[in-house]
Amino acid sequence: MLTYLVRRIVFGAAVLVGTSLITFLIAFVVPADPAIAMAGAKADPQTLASIRLELGLDQPLYVQYARYVDRAVRGDLGRSYIRRENVTRLIADRLPATAILAASAMALSLVLGVAMGAIAAAYRGRAADNLLLVISLAMVSLPVFWLGTMLLIAAAATLRSFPLGGYSGATSLVLPTITLALGSAGYYSRVLHTSLCDAFDQDYVRTARGKGLSPARVMLRHAMANALLPLVTVAGLDLAGLLSGAVLTETVFNWPGIGRLAAEAVFNLDIPVIMGTVLFSAFLIVVINLLVDLLYAYLDPRIRLAESA
Amino acid sequence: MKRRSIITLESVGAAMVAVLVIVAIFAPWLAPHDPTIVVAPTFGDPGAPSLAFPMGTDELGRDVLSRIIFGARISLTVGVAAMIVTMTIGVAIGLAAGFFGGAVDFLLMRFTDVMLSLPALLLAMALVAVLGPSLLTILISLGLVSWTQIARVVRAETLTMSSRDFVVGAMALGAPPRRLIAHHIFPNVLPIIVVMAALGTSGTLLLDAALSFLGLGVPPPTPSWGRMIEEATIYFRTAPWLATFPGLAIFYAVLSFNLLGYGFLRRRSQ
Repeated sequence: MLTYLVRRIVFGAAVLVGTSLITFLIAFVVPADPAIAMAGAKADPQTLASIRLELGLDQPLYVQYARYVDRAVRGDLGRSYIRRENVTRLIADRLPATAILAASAMALSLVLGVAMGAIAAAYRGRAADNLLLVISLAMVSLPVFWLGTMLLIAAAATLRSFPLGGYSGATSLVLPTITLALGSAGYYSRVLHTSLCDAFDQDYVRTARGKGLSPARVMLRHAMANALLPLVTVAGLDLAGLLSGAVLTETVFNWPGIGRLAAEAVFNLDIPVIMGTVLFSAFLIVVINLLVDLLYAYLDPRIRLAESA
Repeated sequence: MKRRSIITLESVGAAMVAVLVIVAIFAPWLAPHDPTIVVAPTFGDPGAPSLAFPMGTDELGRDVLSRIIFGARISLTVGVAAMIVTMTIGVAIGLAAGFFGGAVDFLLMRFTDVMLSLPALLLAMALVAVLGPSLLTILISLGLVSWTQIARVVRAETLTMSSRDFVVGAMALGAPPRRLIAHHIFPNVLPIIVVMAALGTSGTLLLDAALSFLGLGVPPPTPSWGRMIEEATIYFRTAPWLATFPGLAIFYAVLSFNLLGYGFLRRRSQ
């Protein structure tokens, strides 16, 4: 188990080094001069020179990269060109709004996805199964930003006092949550359907059926335990994505989260914020992936035995 | 055994894609109006759907139906072209990793892991914003962020094929790697590539629509579905049809490719 853990951590660290290199490269293909971006086009040469010195732009590339990594490891992601604030601070300020939305969207998509997947698997090969398959494909085909806009239109037309954007209490959470959750729910239902059907063909489920247990009990107590594992991986990755900001949903609903911060940074070419949000997102994915792998090994002894063999 | 009806996911998907392609090709004959000129008398005010304009007119008095029909051209072109870029990168990396194995496989797959951990939409947005929105930069950006899944699937399939007798036999006869890949492995990996291409197109269509919605799509006046929704958002109270119909078009296009791809996928696994 320890070798497994160490290997996973080394692997995650290597991926992070790779992502930091790529975000650093993005900053370098930018034709704009960061000093001008910070000081404005009318800045005098002396100011520009001092900014370049301060940012270390006069140093060789590898020194700049080393500095960037050194700072990032200590939680310093640089300063926004536009907002003149620390990027780490900006992300931290936006994290609560994003986290609330992520949590509620994750909850709804899991409930909906598991229910749809389980019902479809229970009626495998029958009309209900096919209907749920088409519904789930329709759900994953919905353009998120359009779904959000349609929900806004529907709410504006039918309800007099419903928050149509921004972040103001529980009701403002409803529309963005639905917008984010439908696509994931459709996807989860397919993942669960596949793994449930696999489980149904396994000997232990056949045994459980042979013992005369009720179909519901076979599904919930026997098949589901194993079938939920693949869903853990998929949902874990999704959660990392949600926590690093839902760009489209947050844009449609004017949600003050990390996704909108990132979108605004892209429009302003605010490079430190773009680099910071991308790196933060990669960091979350690596950490959550690590946790999911560990959880997996804990839940399924076959994995940790195979890895240490 | 199970009886197979003629109406399968993939046949419905194929029919829906065919309709889309026909609309895109014959847009000038199908569209009732020119999509870029003012045809409605209600200049400055969006016009509601009517007999003359079934999907209404936009704030500049242009016919929404005609704009959607012409939008099929740009959306389908970008979606398919971006899919080709995506497939080229993904298939090359997957074939190389699966066939050569060892250090090549290790390096390529770790690179894939790195790309998988980056947020695709945000990365595509940043690339397009930095390089400037144009057809070429959009295709490159979409390709660069979407190939990872394809590389993984193609690698797995190549690995299975490489250990098959006919490949091992050809290798024993002294066939060079190029011949092995081109004549023995690639034709057998092709079915899964086709499936991934259909699913990949639905992905690139969605990403492209999202970029257009965020104002990072193909520059105006080209009518693109995503951009039409973006332009319609300020009228969502007064003229909801402006956002409704282009979104339905995107939904239709994405769903048709998903049905096609998923149908093939399911048939393969049966």
